[in-house]
Amino acid sequence: MSPAAAAVSIKGVSKTFPGGTTALQGIDLEIGPGEFVSLIGPSGCGKSTLLRVIGDLIAPSAGETLVNGKPAQQARREREYGIVFQDAVLFDWRTVAKNIALPLELAGWSRQKRHERVARMLKLVELKGFEDHHPWQLSGGMQQRVSIARALAFDPTLLLMDEPFGALDEMTRERLNMELLRIWEASGSTIVFVTHSISEAVFLSTRVVVMSPRPGRVADVVTVDLGQPRSAETREEPRFFELVTQVRDALHAGHGAKEPA
Amino acid sequence: MSTFVEEPTPVESIPEGYLSGFYSRGRDWVPAIIVLVLALVAWQEGIRIFHIERFLLPKPTAIAQNLVDNWSQLWSSGWYTFQEALGGFIVGCSLGILSSFVIARFRILGEAFMPYAIAANAIPIIAFAPILNAWFGIGQESKMAVAAILCYFPVLINMVRGLTSVPPASIELMRSYAASETTIFRRVRLPNSLPYLFSALKVASVLAMIGAIVGEYFGGSQEQLGIIIKNSASLFMFETAWAAIVVACLLGIGFYLAVSLAEHLSMSWHPSSRGASG
Repeated sequence: MSPAAAAVSIKGVSKTFPGGTTALQGIDLEIGPGEFVSLIGPSGCGKSTLLRVIGDLIAPSAGETLVNGKPAQQARREREYGIVFQDAVLFDWRTVAKNIALPLELAGWSRQKRHERVARMLKLVELKGFEDHHPWQLSGGMQQRVSIARALAFDPTLLLMDEPFGALDEMTRERLNMELLRIWEASGSTIVFVTHSISEAVFLSTRVVVMSPRPGRVADVVTVDLGQPRSAETREEPRFFELVTQVRDALHAGHGAKEPA
Repeated sequence: MSTFVEEPTPVESIPEGYLSGFYSRGRDWVPAIIVLVLALVAWQEGIRIFHIERFLLPKPTAIAQNLVDNWSQLWSSGWYTFQEALGGFIVGCSLGILSSFVIARFRILGEAFMPYAIAANAIPIIAFAPILNAWFGIGQESKMAVAAILCYFPVLINMVRGLTSVPPASIELMRSYAASETTIFRRVRLPNSLPYLFSALKVASVLAMIGAIVGEYFGGSQEQLGIIIKNSASLFMFETAWAAIVVACLLGIGFYLAVSLAEHLSMSWHPSSRGASG
């Protein structure tokens, strides 16, 4: 792989589902290594579909997707990315530690290596002491942190996140936003983040991709030039509000109407 | 860097032993035991007060006396019948589980067979008992066959449901790890199906006893509970018939509890093991 290869390269991707619904049309998008890119748009704009095309969980009807310079299917087979869904998708029959170790088991890691890595991941998401708990013994926010630890356990260069904090209350969500930025900085991975919260997208991202609904197209790309690392104060900077307004306007323009989101 | 530890949702301490939930519920049984005692007293006294004939309903004390007098015969007959139920249970449940693996794996087979399995589950299979006697003879095999068929369909239907009702995101997660169908089956579908399997096994344990006893009503050796119940009733030995029914109940309850215990041991991870919802 050449060092210049983009983390994600999407060329002319369209997706029409068997029912005839066109979810995506002519998507072109390049995401550089180490970027944090949010996909934002109204429900049904195909942002989750696009994320699944990148992860080779849905095959596009047309176009090409490369992950780290490889076709998406090859990248999936070589476990190039970790994924986090809106629900934590933890297995009740596994403890927290064993849930995190799942991808490592599948990749054939030795027990010793798994144990060390799980301990490190638990520390990363600040869940030390909970390794022997079962998922249903944790709060929603803790479950989602386990899910993030699992996605990052095998050091993937790419992290795909599908509205990971959408089901959490606002306070937990803001704390996990900070947590995620810290993890992103520590791991140096590329993150593609689906959300429908404008402020979350602006706060987290280096770029926000605004999508228009049915068929899903890229309506606008907003570069977020807020300083790094971000902190609670970032949310109070005038530039933050300007960018939020810019993304909101782009969303409404993409909507084709002045109807409020 | 932010540090925070969210409060975990309050959870009663993790069960210390696998059986803790089982034992701690002992105290909860006190009201049920009081009801049983009251019911027996009402039964006994009701017969005396209303002069109910013994062929309609014998006194509990008379049944108990008969149970003690004929214990060895009743128990050996009960054991004989239990073997039929257990044999049928093992055969029927195993076949049900194996069929569910095939049907869950190949969707087209599910579409072809599941409507019939569901229909078969709704018909009174017990009506076939005399025909199975003709097929398998009047030995233990025919009763096992009745029990096996009774067990087969609920286990098949529940297992297929358990194996296929996996959240789509779980499958996507496994595919993101490049997991094969076999791996997904072993790591996700199978554990996901366990609660479904055990609820079917509990139903099947009851059905197996019913199948064995009703199968016996249509003929077989004298050493069977069903034959004792049938013959004693026709010879006006109602206390013996009732005593045999008590043995059948004890074995049926024991069977059910054994399956529940197996469930408890193999699913200690399940939220219901907290003991709250049992």
